[in-house]
Formats: sequence, structure tokens, C-alpha cells
Amino acid sequence: MDEILAQIFQIGFFAAMIRIATPLIFATIGELFAERAGVLNLGIEGIMLLSAMVGFSAAYFSGSLWFGIAAAMAAGVLSGMLMGLLTVTLGLSQHVSGIGVTLLNSGLAFFLYRLIFGQPSMPPNIVAFKPVAIPLLSEIPVIGPILFNHHALVYAAFILVPLAAFILFRTPWGLNLRTVGENPHAADGAGVNVAATRYQALMLSGALMGVAGAFLSMAQFNAFTFGVISGRGWVCIALVVFGQWSPWRAAGGALLFALIDALQLRLQANSYIDVPYQVFLMMPFVLTIVGMALVSRNARAPAALLMPFRKEER
Amino acid sequence: MSAPTPLLAMRGIGKRFGAVQANRDVDLTLLPGDILGLLGENGAGKTTLMNILFGTYSPDEGRIEIDGRPVEIHNSAAAIAHGVGMVHQHFHLVPRHTVLENLLVGRKGRRGLLDKAAAAKRLEEIGRHFQLVLDPDRLVGELTIGEQQRLEIIKALFSGARILILDEPTAALTPQEADGLFDALRAMAAEGMGVIFISHKLHEVRAITSHVMVMRLGEVVANLENAPEVSQAHLAELMCGHELTPPLKPEKQPGRPLLQLRDAATDAAGRTNLADISLEIRAGEILGIAGVSGNGQRELAEVVAGMLPLSAGSLAIDGAAVPQPSATVMQALGVGRIPEDRMGTGLITSLPLSDSMVLPRIGAAPFSRHGILDRHAIRAFVEAQIERFGIKADGPEIRAGTLSGGNLQKALLARELAWDPLVLLAAQPTRGLDVGATRFVHEQFLDLRARDRAVLLISEDLEEIFTLSDRIAVMYEGRIMGILPIAEADVRRVGLMMAGMADAA
Amino acid sequence: MIRMRLERRDSTPAWLNLALPVLAVLATLVLCSGLVAMAGANVWTAYSKLFLSALDSRSHIVETFVKAAPLIFTGLAVAVAFRAKFWNIGAEGQLLAGAMAAAFIGGREGLPAWSMAPLMIMAGGLAGGLWACVPAILKTRYKVDDVVTSLLLNFVIFYAMTALLDGPWKDPLSGYPDSPDIRMDAEFPILLERTRLHLGVLLALLAAPAVWWIMRRTSLGFAIRAVGENPVASRYAGIGTGAVIMMTALLSGALAGLAGVGEVAGLHFQVMSGISPGYGYTGIVIAMLARLNPIGVVPAALFFAVIVTGAESMSRATGVPVFLAEVIQGAALLTMLVALLFTSYRVRIARHG
Repeated sequence: MDEILAQIFQIGFFAAMIRIATPLIFATIGELFAERAGVLNLGIEGIMLLSAMVGFSAAYFSGSLWFGIAAAMAAGVLSGMLMGLLTVTLGLSQHVSGIGVTLLNSGLAFFLYRLIFGQPSMPPNIVAFKPVAIPLLSEIPVIGPILFNHHALVYAAFILVPLAAFILFRTPWGLNLRTVGENPHAADGAGVNVAATRYQALMLSGALMGVAGAFLSMAQFNAFTFGVISGRGWVCIALVVFGQWSPWRAAGGALLFALIDALQLRLQANSYIDVPYQVFLMMPFVLTIVGMALVSRNARAPAALLMPFRKEER
Repeated sequence: MSAPTPLLAMRGIGKRFGAVQANRDVDLTLLPGDILGLLGENGAGKTTLMNILFGTYSPDEGRIEIDGRPVEIHNSAAAIAHGVGMVHQHFHLVPRHTVLENLLVGRKGRRGLLDKAAAAKRLEEIGRHFQLVLDPDRLVGELTIGEQQRLEIIKALFSGARILILDEPTAALTPQEADGLFDALRAMAAEGMGVIFISHKLHEVRAITSHVMVMRLGEVVANLENAPEVSQAHLAELMCGHELTPPLKPEKQPGRPLLQLRDAATDAAGRTNLADISLEIRAGEILGIAGVSGNGQRELAEVVAGMLPLSAGSLAIDGAAVPQPSATVMQALGVGRIPEDRMGTGLITSLPLSDSMVLPRIGAAPFSRHGILDRHAIRAFVEAQIERFGIKADGPEIRAGTLSGGNLQKALLARELAWDPLVLLAAQPTRGLDVGATRFVHEQFLDLRARDRAVLLISEDLEEIFTLSDRIAVMYEGRIMGILPIAEADVRRVGLMMAGMADAA
Repeated sequence: MIRMRLERRDSTPAWLNLALPVLAVLATLVLCSGLVAMAGANVWTAYSKLFLSALDSRSHIVETFVKAAPLIFTGLAVAVAFRAKFWNIGAEGQLLAGAMAAAFIGGREGLPAWSMAPLMIMAGGLAGGLWACVPAILKTRYKVDDVVTSLLLNFVIFYAMTALLDGPWKDPLSGYPDSPDIRMDAEFPILLERTRLHLGVLLALLAAPAVWWIMRRTSLGFAIRAVGENPVASRYAGIGTGAVIMMTALLSGALAGLAGVGEVAGLHFQVMSGISPGYGYTGIVIAMLARLNPIGVVPAALFFAVIVTGAESMSRATGVPVFLAEVIQGAALLTMLVALLFTSYRVRIARHG
């Protein structure tokens, strides 16, 4: 048993955990912005999938990974605007709109990928993001290789969490956004444009989901496959609930999920344990559901979540 | 000397919602230092007019001038920029934000950050100037209703309002709290601000305003100076267009107790919990519950409706204890229930009217047998009720939400009275209804009283309580401060009890 | 300045109810024609392939009905659940539960042949229903958002199923992760010779009016609608909203489970990992297009069966990727959602001077 544990909890294991957490952090923070503004963005799974495809294709043809990221973010922003059109301008059911956006985006991702690349025998791939070791810091024993020898996007995720908390709680835009999500009438009464704020939140949310999707196809797997997201978007929605709509706690939840995911990857590779690998794939989903059940009863969702805002409604 | 430039002039305002003409050719003038009372029944168009001034609705016709210059107000930001501030009847506050955060919503920051220091300073200045003091770091959810209203007024002043609109500002205040509000308003008028005070409480309008404008069915029917010779009765007539006579309430000897609560208490999280509630209502009696909103009336109603369990004490109907009250049990025991929120809790507005009418008894005969609906019985029942109560509806299949407030309430009453309840629980039964519908509802209560039934009337409308009740119980912070026979009750005494002062007499 | 504004309608004209899905589909096809053109195909040719190849012969028409059967079941499952505002996005997983239960029963020796079909139907319905109760319990008891849990549970049961197919339940004679075939006498009878039209298709066609009857003519259906439209008023009137949600979940999950039963007992005679190419998700689109009306589910399901079948031939003939069918599903859901706006609102154009 000790041998198994020693084999699992190596430096590489924790570095893998950080890497797995990165797209989750991006997408979770993205979802958090949308929900804080009062819109449940169930388009997340499809937005991530489409962005993964767009980012990969853009990088493949331009040869620039950063151009790929930008293209993925643009796809995310556009999807966010579509979500805004449906749920904000038209005030339609956020549940059904989000599912529709996911179905549409997934279909588009598959369709466009097939259109661009056809059905090659070998899936096309790109030279993925390379780790950038941060001078000095990466040489600290144990912590250095775990934290400071990663893709640039991983560092960006580290910065994103405090930045998101800062924007939400210290800036006028963040306060307006939270007010729109708690009581849109109060925000409107104070001269805040509720619709514009929700659109902005959804576009930002889409951009961050775009980065998350692109990370998966451009840093984690260096190719686009139809199963590249496989439920990670839905998990991020759960993480927002689990994190009680706080960027810090949601990021903590993402790390916890990543820990479980990294663990299952290790256990899969471990020859001592004779369990079908699918059981390990299943584990993170089961634990996510259990986690949600534990916190949801006391969850304090933004008060206006799921509520459309129509000014002239009587 | 020419007349001073009006602070505000609205000219020829018209606004239509679907088939309803909410405002028609309305003119309104406000001079610096004016406190204008805007009077009218529910649905007279007062709130619509003010929402137009505040940019929430855009008018179909007419124009607005501020300081003599025409202005376009398409949204609340523009209204605020022109110095218009509004305190809504339902506060526009975020309970999970602090006082200071609520003040900072919609304001520009300093170098991209929230400018909390400057806001705190301004809050303190306003506090000193107008006697409106609040702790900047308290969560708004923890403030009392009076404090929340103070915050709303501070919010308006904070954004530089010179024209302050207050929509039914005293609805949730004790008479004494209302006096404090009036002092602040007078101080503002003295500084050359203009105040528009929307109300249907005549005595308050008489007490505080300099001018009165009366609206009816979307139109202005009178504009008068608030002079001593203007009587409340005259204003009331202007408001509803005909003379008011109180309904007939004959003397009556109460019979056996039909509803009894003994030492009842609740312990629900986040609610105003009841403590030591003991009361009884006898056959042929109407018991009125008075109190400032949020002092446990809602919880009391839920207990009697079987929606909120007791943590201590007992509940009895017609002399028999009810060990496990629930919605089903209370209905089976003969408790008719009119909930406070008729659209949200009473009826299902998005479904046909008939669905709402049979909802509580759908699982049993005559409406269903072995789980299969008897559609003929349902239709016959609903048609009979529409007929009996004169509900204006295009047949049983019309979507309930298309009915007017008065007809919705009639439908709800019909549903509950059809099964001849022993006890009728009625929470805010006439809120938002016009004079005719109110009258109808009151007649139903008096009819129940005449037929030896018991009525528990929970209302924030003191006039309604005084008109109908045989006895008045006053609630404060989940307790009953006292129960007065109608003969011994007067507004001052009840007002003091509503403010939590034990009855002196 | 001209501004558009939405105004509430008091009633919906009857013709709109039929016109809206048609309009939504037409709008979808117009929107998607851009993609077809992008693929370098003639829009007219591609669309005629897409729609007509599934209808150009008797055998193709029959095959379309076979394809529609699971879609009718999942469409009904979603329609029932959404009526109660129980956001069951888990029809996909409930279908798998039903398929596995049917295959398990179908592989049992020692049961009389006549009992096989009813037992498989009951077991599959029960399995799907119970699986749907998981998100329902989480919703009613723990206040967990049902969309997310029902979605995540799809992954859970999918991995559980593939683990079984890869391990203890793997057919020793097959090189693939498939379950052993069910007994020959457990297979659903074929209703039309030399076709694949099996009993499950008939069951699906009968299920639609049955569900309609439950929703319109029983007190359970009444309660489902009431709870969906206003749970607060329903609870106040004494309806046990939690129990109604559970009943809805059982019914919805059972219907989805029957989709799996039909696929196993009528078509594949075994469970394999690809047994559902997303029937559960297509069911959402079908239910919305049918405006949650059980009868409307049948034409909507047939429509998507046509598209899914036609997409293959369209792709072969014109080179337009077969995934156009998926795009159409997503786009149709959204256009229908927008179209539904016109049932309760009308657009008013206001001119400002």
C-alpha cells in the first residue's frame, strides 16, 4: 500500500493536478461571472467544444498558438452574445437556451472540423504550448516543479482568480454586475444598464470558456477530438455551486476536482489495482454530484439567477 | 414679479399598456419647496406617471421639462442625471450588500476602483444634514423596514436628487416612524427641493403636503391647494368618484370558538418567528390582525393555512386540536384560505382559470375518481362559481393571468367559499383592488360573520381593519401586543402597539 | 425613431400553435443553408437529399419509423419532465439504463418465452424510471440543480455501462465491448415481413396518445402541470410537490428507458457502447418542437428521424458533413424557443417623434 501511495504522490502528480485544474479554473470563473450577473450559462459545454475546435484550427493554419487562443476567445464571445440575445434581450428560459447553445455549438464544432480537415487517417495535430520555467522560482525544490514549470496559460489561471475577485468586489463594474444578479430593479433604479451589464458578463464568460476549451485542444491534448470536453463544462457549473459563487472557493473546488482526476489517471496507470479504467473516469462525476448535494441546501445563489428582466412588464 | 420657474413640469403625458390607458393627457407642475400629494385609487395611474418621470417607462405622448428646459428621460440614468430621485414602494435594495455598497451601485469609481471613503463621508454629511443616520457597513438585509426606507431616501439624495418621488412611503411604517419621515421631507422642501408624495392615505396627505393632485382612471380630476377647508371626505369622493358609505355591520353575539391558538410559536430559519401567540376566534366574529408588515403576520397566516409547523403550543379548529396541521388537513377541517400573494400563491396565472379553481380538491370527488378527471364536474363547478360571484372572465378556459386583480380575488374567494368553510383566513384580501372589488370582498366577510363563521383578517390597511373587525389584535416582532374590542380601539392606541409599546390602557 | 417592443397577449390564436414549429424549422433551414453553401454544395440538392432519401421508397419509410421509435420515447420523456419543470436532461442515461435492464432480462435462461417481452418492457421502464429518480431526489431533498445532475449522471451510467461491457458482461465470442445477445425468443416480433419494423415501433406510436391521456385526463397529469407552472400555489393548495416531481421522474425515466428496451429487443439484440447516438439529447429538441405536447412528439420525432437518416446520404452525395443534422437540431431548438415567444407576446412597433 505504501508503495502505491509513494508511486502516486510524486512531484509529477501535483504538477499534473495544476495542469488539469487550469481549464476548469478558466471555465468556472467564466461561468461565475455570468451567474453573478443573473444568467445561468448552460452553453458552457458547447462553447468550450467550439472554442477548442476554433482555437485548434486557427493555430494549425496560422502556426501561432496565441492567435489560436484569440480565435477561441472570439468564438466564446460570439457564443456569449448569442446567449445574451436569447436570455437577456428575448428573456427566454435560461435552461433551454443554454442547452440549445450547447447543442448548436457542438454541432457546429463537429461540422466545421469535418469540413476543414475531412476524415484523415491520422488526426492532425499542432505543436502544443511548451512549459515556461519561471527563473529562480522553478528551482525551489518540490514547489518549483509543481507550480513554476508550466504553460503560460497555467500562470494566467493563477492570476485570473485574484483578478476576478478584485473585479467583482473592488471595482464599480463588479458591484454593478453583482447588483444586476441580485436585484436588477435596484441596479436599473441606480442608472445601471441591466441588459448591457448582462451582455458584458456573458461575453466575458464566453471568452474565458473559450480559453478553457482552447487549453484542452492546444495544451493538454495538442489535437482536437470529439470527446475533448466530455462533460468538463457541466462539471464547471457544479464547481460554481460548490464554490458558493466565490472565485477563490470555486478555484479551490477546481483544484480538488483536478486532484481527483489526476488521482484516477494515476490509478488507471497503476498495475496493482485491477479495476476497469471506466470506473476511474466515472469517479470525478460521482464525486461532483456528491459535492453538490452536500453544499446545495445551504447555497446562496444570486437572487436574480434565472430571472429575465423586463422593464415594462406589469 | 413673474411666477418662479417650475422645478418640474410634465405636460400632456399619455401611456397605454395593451388595452389599458394608464395615463391620459396628464399635466403636473412642481415648484421648488413644494410637497405635492399625488392621490388616487390603485390603478389610477399614479405609479405609471412617476415611472415615466423616472425613465422606467417611456411615455407614448407628452413632454417633460425640468427647470424650464425640455428633457428626454429614456432611462433611470437620465432621470438621475436630471436630479430626479425615486423611492419605490418595493425597495430597490440588495439585502446581501452593505449600506455603502448599495449607495455605490451605478456610480463611477476613482481610478477604476470603488470609492468607499468618499461615499462614507457623503453618507455622514447627509446624515447630519437631514437627520438620516445609518451605519455604512451594515448588511441591508439586517436593517428594519424603516431603516431600509431611510437608505432609499439617502440613495436619492446621494445621487443629487432635487426632485424626490416617494411611492406609498408609509405603507410599512408605524404612525410614529411616518412622523419622522415627514420631518425629513419638510427639511428637504425648506431647502428648495421638490417632493412628490404618492399615497392613498388621506390623513397623511393632509398632514404633509402643500398641494394635492387627484387622479382617477389615468386622468387628473383635481388640482388643489392643501387648505384647511379641503376635507378628507371631499378628497375621498374625488378619488373614487362617488360617496363612500361604510358597510353595514349589525351587532352580533359571538358563538363557540372555531379557531384557537394557544402559546403558539414557530422556529423557521430566516423568518419573523411567532412567540406566545394565544388567540381565538368565535363563530360570527371577525378578528383583525394589525401590524407593520414583517412582524409575524405572514407567519401567522402560514400557520393557520397549515404551511408552517408550530414548534410549540397548539392549534385547534372547532374545539378539536390539530396535531399535524398541513395544507390538506386544514382544508379538510374547513379552513378557507386566501393567501396574501394571490397571483403567486393563490392561483396559477399561466393556466386556465378552471385549473386554479379546482386545484385544492383535484385529487378527490367530484373532480376526479380513481385518478381520472371528471371534466364535466370541473366545468360545471367553475361555471357555477363564475356565475355566482359575477367573475368577469371569458369562460373557464381563459388563462387566469388575463383577469383583473379584482376578478382574480373573486375567483379565489369563490374557490374557498364554495365548500362553506368554518374559518376563513384572509391575508391582505383587498390589496391592490379597486373600490368596487374591495366592497365585494368586504361584503363576503360580513356575510360569513352573519352566518356564524369565523374570519381571521390580516391586513396592513388600518381602515379596513377598523371597518370590519369585532376585535383587533396587534402584532409586533412575532408577538401579540394586545387584543382590543373594536369599541375600545382607536388609531393612536393601535399605532403605539404597532410600534412595540405595550398598551397603556 | 422606430422601436420594437414585446407586449403580452391575452390569448394565443389557434393557427399559431401549428404554424410555429413549421416556421421554426423553416428558419432553421434558412440559417443552415449558409453552412451547406460553405461546404461547396448546392443548397437545393443537399436539402432534397436530406429530406427525400429517407422517404423515397417503402423500405426507407419503414426504416424512418424504426429510427423514430427511440426518438418518440425520449421526446415523450422530456415532454413529461419539462411540463413539471423537472429539467431532465438525462433521457440519454435513462435510455442506457433501460437498454441494460432489457438486455439483462433478455439474456436470462429459464423464463418462459411468452413472458420475455413484458418482462423486458417492465424491467427497462423501471430501470429508466429509477435512474431518473436520482436527480429528482437530489432536486427535491437537497435542492441540487436538476439540469447539472441529470447531465452528469449520463456520464456516470455511460462509464458504468462501458466498464461492464469491457469486463464481466463482455460477450466472450466478440472482439468488441458488446454484451452477449439476448435469447432468440426474447426478440420483439417483426410486424412487417422483410423489414426491421418491430414491436417497439408500435409501442412508441401507442405511447404518445397514452401519455397525452395521462397528462390531460388524470389528476396526476393535472398535478404535473400545476407543479410545473406554479409550485408555490400547488403546495399551498395541498399538492405534495415533491411526490409529484418523483412521479414525473418515474414516468419520464420509464419512457426514456423504453427507448432503450426497443433498441435492444427490436434492433440490436445486445447492448454496445454506441447504442444511443444521442437520442436523449435529440429528445429535448423534439419535445420543444412539439411544444411539450405528447401527440406533437410523433411528427417531430419523425422529422428528426428523416434528417438523421437523410444526413448520411446527403453527405455521401454532396460532401456536406453529416454533422449538419446536429447543427439543425441545435438551431431548431433555439428557433423554436424564439418562436414560442409569439405565443405569449406580440411584437408592437412604436414610433417616436
